[in-house]
Amino acid sequence: MSLEINKLTKTFGAFWALDGVGLEVRDGEFLALLGPSGSGKTTLLRVLAGLEQPDGGNISFNGENLIAQNVRERGAGFVFQHYALFRHMTVAQNIGFGLQVRPKETRPPKETIKKRVEELLSLVQLEGMGKRYPSQLSGGQRQRVALARALAIEPKLLLLDEPFGALDAKVRKELRRWLRRLHREMGLTSVFVTHDQEEALDLADRVAIMNKGKIEQAGTPQEVYRSPANAFVYDFLGGANKLDCVIDNGLVKFDSYEVARPDLAGVSGKATAYARSEDIAIVPATMRGIPATIGEVFLAGPAPRVELKLANGAFVEAIVRDAPGAPLDYGAQVALQPQAFRVFPET
Amino acid sequence: MGAALGGIGTMAGGFSTSSAGRRDPVALRIGLTVVAVGYLLLFIGLPLITVLTQALVRGVDEYIRAIEDPEAISAIQLTLTVAAIAVPLNMIFGVAAAWCVAKFDFVGKSLLVTLIDLPFSVSPVVSGLVYVLVFGAQGWLGPWLDSMGIQVIFTTTALVLATIFVTFPFVARELIPLMQSQGQEEEEAALTLGANGWQTFYRITLPNIRGALLYGVLLCNARAMGEFGAVSVVSGHIRGQTNTMPLQVEILYNEYNFVAAFAVASLLALLALVTLSLKSLLEWRFRDQIAATRRH
Repeated sequence: MSLEINKLTKTFGAFWALDGVGLEVRDGEFLALLGPSGSGKTTLLRVLAGLEQPDGGNISFNGENLIAQNVRERGAGFVFQHYALFRHMTVAQNIGFGLQVRPKETRPPKETIKKRVEELLSLVQLEGMGKRYPSQLSGGQRQRVALARALAIEPKLLLLDEPFGALDAKVRKELRRWLRRLHREMGLTSVFVTHDQEEALDLADRVAIMNKGKIEQAGTPQEVYRSPANAFVYDFLGGANKLDCVIDNGLVKFDSYEVARPDLAGVSGKATAYARSEDIAIVPATMRGIPATIGEVFLAGPAPRVELKLANGAFVEAIVRDAPGAPLDYGAQVALQPQAFRVFPET
Repeated sequence: MGAALGGIGTMAGGFSTSSAGRRDPVALRIGLTVVAVGYLLLFIGLPLITVLTQALVRGVDEYIRAIEDPEAISAIQLTLTVAAIAVPLNMIFGVAAAWCVAKFDFVGKSLLVTLIDLPFSVSPVVSGLVYVLVFGAQGWLGPWLDSMGIQVIFTTTALVLATIFVTFPFVARELIPLMQSQGQEEEEAALTLGANGWQTFYRITLPNIRGALLYGVLLCNARAMGEFGAVSVVSGHIRGQTNTMPLQVEILYNEYNFVAAFAVASLLALLALVTLSLKSLLEWRFRDQIAATRRH
């Protein structure tokens, strides 16, 4: 029982917003769609909700063909980036809307609706706010009303479009933790869109990284962080340094510094290596390594962060976890040894 | 309408900058105020007072007799009938047009917007003449309509058509910028919550545009009742049959029947005053919505 997306395509004029997307969301899973703007993640979410019609491909949810159903039949809860609360209705009316518009036969009686609204208000920690109007609420409160409104229709699938995008950093963090807890309690299959990699890795059971209308990689936060599938994922997940290098039949050369990589035997040519900041060791200039000059040193935080300039002008950031192998003085000459890195040959 | 509203906007802007920022010399402020108020009194206040005094110059009895004249009654009825048909139709058209323009992308959208503005840029007399050209006895459809036994020109139908043409931009012009700025997220939210098309329109779209819609309808109605040019061309001036109030005023005036002319005119002036006060009321009640339409 899950959501299965197959070869989904969608174009806007000449622009391919979705270019053969395939993805599986497991039952009860909290999945993040992560990607830069224009990567198609919001389009994918809107197609799932039925707000956009795909050009091709199929979506099945618990065995049902979702594309054949319209927005109303799908009954997916959708939380909009800018909340889209009904500005002329109170918070309680907003939350009750989905029940209120049901046809007479399935509409719950007034008292039931009222009780349900109260329950949802307490679920999103907004007890006593039912009579307020959206304009009288803070951003975080509005977002929670939007969520309560989407949950009121008891959706089997919850879709959230940049749910924390319009909030300030502190509220965002609190709301994130709260949503994580809420999801754990309810176990509702949820998909949320974000361009913030930290948010995606923190919050989701699995992360799908999108680029140019395609899924680049899908996996648990650990998987995508530890073993990115390609250069884009490495680059986008951040914290990675890009190092120009040349591969010569299993030998990776950074200027004068060479590292043997038997797995690259038979490969030759220019390449880009990615190394995470915490995987770069700083050693004295007299030792083997990539020559670099120390720039700014940031000592606040759990481990010192050092900015280094390479001979070709590129900047590298290193996080020094253990005792530094060389004094961290501004302008000092040092050598860098990438301890772990991935090499992607230029194609 | 555009010029008048533009004027209000500029005046408000002028006051706020002078009070918030630099201080203008007192003499300049007083001078400008006197010029503005004097100008208004001279060109708007004075004629209004003249209309009322002229209407009552021979006493209230004469005034009432002039209004109770069968031809005057018929003109009032006709004006009300025309407005009662034209205004609701233009309200529906205006909402529909604004809906398409604001919420959908389609080929010919800019052409539609231009067409909506057309009546504002064409002299009403010209639009009246166009109707004569199309429906008149020598017009394109005239002979065919004649053979069907239908007469358009010189009937109430023609008056309604001409009035619709002249007043159709009012509602659409008010709504388009507002609906564009509101976007369609709320409608989409309603759909995902299970509302059908009608529920979405009635419960979400309509409440969000209510103020601007009423405002547009009010302006549309004022123009529909006061329209002279287009109506004059297609009316034929048949007394007691196709004379609306403005036309009746002209006829009476040309016959040197000043008291009666001004008596009917005073009713139109009264309509203007009622419209103005309703307009102020709406502007106050729905200031947020109306402010949104002014931004564009």
